[in-house]
Amino acid sequence: MSALAVETRAPVWRRLIGFNLLTAILLGIGGWYFGWWAAHQITGPSIDYFGDTDQNDIALFMGYFVGLLGFLIGLGFGVYPWARLRGYPPSLREKETGGTARYWGLCTDHKVVGIQYLWGIGLFFFIGGLNAMLIRTELLSPTHHVFPAGNYLTLVGMHGTMMMGMFTSGILGPFANYLVPLMIGARRMAFPRIEALTFWLLMAAGTILTTTIFFGGFPTGWTGYQPLNDQANMGMDSYIVFFALVGISMCLLGLNMIATIVTMRAPGLTWSRLPIFCWGVISTAILMVLAAPVLVAVLLMSMLDRTAQTSFFLSAAGGSQYLYENLFWIFGHPEVYILALPGFAIVLELLPVFSRKPLWGYRLAVAGLLGVTLLSWLVWQHHIFVSGINSDLRPFYMLSTELISIPTGFTFICGLMTLWRGNLRFPVPMLFCLAWFFNFLIGGLSGVFLSDVPSDVTTHGSFFSMAHFHYTIMGALVFTFFAAIYYWVPKMTGYMLNERLGKIHFWLMFVAFNSTFGPLFAAGFLGQPRRVVTYQSNLHFINVWVSISAFVLGFSLLIFLANFVWSLVFAKVPAPPNPWGSRSLEWQLPSPVPVHNFDRIPHITSDPYDYGDARGPIAMPAPTGAGGME
Amino acid sequence: MSTNAADTTAIAGAPNHGKRFLTIWIVASVIATPLVAIFLGDLLPPGDASAQATQQVFDNSWLLTISTPIFLFVLILLLYTVFSFRARTTELVDGPPMRGNARIQLLWMIITPAVVLFLAGFGTYELWQSGAGGGQGPNAAFLPAGYKQALDVQVIGQQWAFTYRYPTYGGVETPHLVLPARTLVRLHVTSLDAVHSFWAYQLGVKADANPGVDNVAYVQTKGPEAFDIHCAELCGLWHGYMFDTGHVVASAQFASWIKQQQSYFAPVMKYLPKYSTSYLPDPQRRAG
Repeated sequence: MSALAVETRAPVWRRLIGFNLLTAILLGIGGWYFGWWAAHQITGPSIDYFGDTDQNDIALFMGYFVGLLGFLIGLGFGVYPWARLRGYPPSLREKETGGTARYWGLCTDHKVVGIQYLWGIGLFFFIGGLNAMLIRTELLSPTHHVFPAGNYLTLVGMHGTMMMGMFTSGILGPFANYLVPLMIGARRMAFPRIEALTFWLLMAAGTILTTTIFFGGFPTGWTGYQPLNDQANMGMDSYIVFFALVGISMCLLGLNMIATIVTMRAPGLTWSRLPIFCWGVISTAILMVLAAPVLVAVLLMSMLDRTAQTSFFLSAAGGSQYLYENLFWIFGHPEVYILALPGFAIVLELLPVFSRKPLWGYRLAVAGLLGVTLLSWLVWQHHIFVSGINSDLRPFYMLSTELISIPTGFTFICGLMTLWRGNLRFPVPMLFCLAWFFNFLIGGLSGVFLSDVPSDVTTHGSFFSMAHFHYTIMGALVFTFFAAIYYWVPKMTGYMLNERLGKIHFWLMFVAFNSTFGPLFAAGFLGQPRRVVTYQSNLHFINVWVSISAFVLGFSLLIFLANFVWSLVFAKVPAPPNPWGSRSLEWQLPSPVPVHNFDRIPHITSDPYDYGDARGPIAMPAPTGAGGME
Repeated sequence: MSTNAADTTAIAGAPNHGKRFLTIWIVASVIATPLVAIFLGDLLPPGDASAQATQQVFDNSWLLTISTPIFLFVLILLLYTVFSFRARTTELVDGPPMRGNARIQLLWMIITPAVVLFLAGFGTYELWQSGAGGGQGPNAAFLPAGYKQALDVQVIGQQWAFTYRYPTYGGVETPHLVLPARTLVRLHVTSLDAVHSFWAYQLGVKADANPGVDNVAYVQTKGPEAFDIHCAELCGLWHGYMFDTGHVVASAQFASWIKQQQSYFAPVMKYLPKYSTSYLPDPQRRAG
């Protein structure tokens, strides 16, 4: 097989011609210039609402759209629709063979897409983290001294937008794409091409956001509030295109997950045997599918305001900034749970493995996930408690926000009772899961202050709220993201990550994280507003402390990076098929998983948590033989 | 169900972990909660420069006090499990197959909603008292006593400063915020361009400044004091420099100050637009 592949291998120059990443980048850049040039031919530079500037937003939008089209065509997304138009038979798989080259282009294998996501999102996570380091460098001094004020705001905006945008798919992209088919006993996702599309849309989006630095940056932070949005430089257009593409990618990703979990479960995998991780995925996916279109809509309206002289958000011309704030947070609050729910699910999925006990209160845990999914639609106006809208509805939003702590409490009690009287082991993934309890507890309790209107009057828009959502997102999502990496990367790559470096990474990150964001609660209580380049001199000590802790936090992530590269590229300690002794279906497969996952589709006989029950294996291993479909 | 049976058989002979944990938690809570309430409660912001600020301190200290036993419950349970139930052997030994416990689940489903409903009721009651210093829009739903006699002061946010108009004193506009002591003040917060947020920290006031909107916040001042003003909503390039100091002064001093402002700004009054609850901004040019 391999000898044959070597024989028929074409020379390098020949392999570079065709639909691949190189073509995609060239067509993307070429398309951008074409769109930019063409738009300059049809529209003058001063069509925008605010009168004469030398900025041509239409040209920039056209550049991004044509560039994106070129990028996707270059990757080969047009090939299949074109073939179908010409009458070729349908197929479900594309470019799934060919060694490491598969990872550099369009590939419909869900395992390849999962690993692409892991590297892609990881790259942008580190860029976003670097922005945070620069922000903290600026805040070492109470006056502004390193960056000009505009660049500082661009850094703040890029950090927030990168993290909130790219990391919404932080768990579902790498881990759900890779694991959901393995956990439900399927050979692929429901829509393999859409799956690949979501990844490449996200990569295009991240690149587009980064190009904002060529067009003056943007001053609005990740929320992009109007009318500052309308007033901002051309760099704002990068933000709009970025977030709209993220929204589309998110929506498609969610649809794919729902369709896969609903329709492609193996025989015997009833809803009450579904791994809790899949429940977390489907809850998140429901939020993604319903929330992302609102985001795309509000960004399209912003785009029209900036280019076609509409005035959805300009009070001077009959619009309202409240419209933006409402639509943005109708997306934005579910977005927060899109980030949090996969974290809950990972914790509940991993705790049974490391405590050798069944998941305690499975139904209660599912109810918790679905309860958060439902309630997260009813709370968005707590983000605009002091904006002057609906002053009489604030008690309702206060109640609905606090009600979310009930289903969240279900997750806590299920997790803690799973630990209760277990035989606990503490490898690195378990440590990250335990840290989740601590971090999310602080995040949740500080949320009570923000949901209570009288307290929110002080804490709203201050560093208190900033510390709060870093506890809930970084402390919960990012910690569980690392738990998932240490836990599942052996399955994905076939190599173990170094345990000692992992422990150093964990402890340094845990201590530095709390030392960074804990004091920021105090900074907010003492009156430091968010997103400022200056602050009062009495807050100097806290800010220096926080900055130094943040640098240590950044350093702990470098340790992770070193561990990741060392373990996977140099040390290459082969992973046993089931290093954690898990009973879950994905660990019954060899590491790394073969292309077609299962020789024969398994029959599921229990849920993956029957530790101590001695009921036998989770699935009846099918006799070896010819594969089923496809 | 068989799960409960398995539960009880496993307990026999072992120490009663449930009772032990509850004892630790109750003792820790009984000690820590009053300490938090007494020593940390008063340190919480925003101080007592106004009735609203005092009320917020009360709110914050209550929330912190209620949070203490909840925090301790999860933390102690987590630490208890981690220290008591660590695996003694290197080989994998399964724990008891506990799949749930109807009593604990039911208890949890009663207690957490009770706490949540109490918190929401408490917050609503506090809000009802006086509006808590938050911006309430043109038709404030929660009014403090005697709101009809309140002194009107308009706060105008623009990139990147706040100015203040006193409609009862001829609509004079000044760059300084001075308020009389022991007076109920009705702040009308509005903006001329982007969204700002007027935050008078020590007074416990925060209200977004929206173009075209009259956002009303009530504050009952106390004795003479200086207070910090920040913009708390990202409003563009110099957002970080949009801060100021305001003053609460004795009534007589306020009267002489406002007279002085009126005479000082008299020559430019004719260029000001007529006092209004909001001003439609001119179409803007692009800025940073």
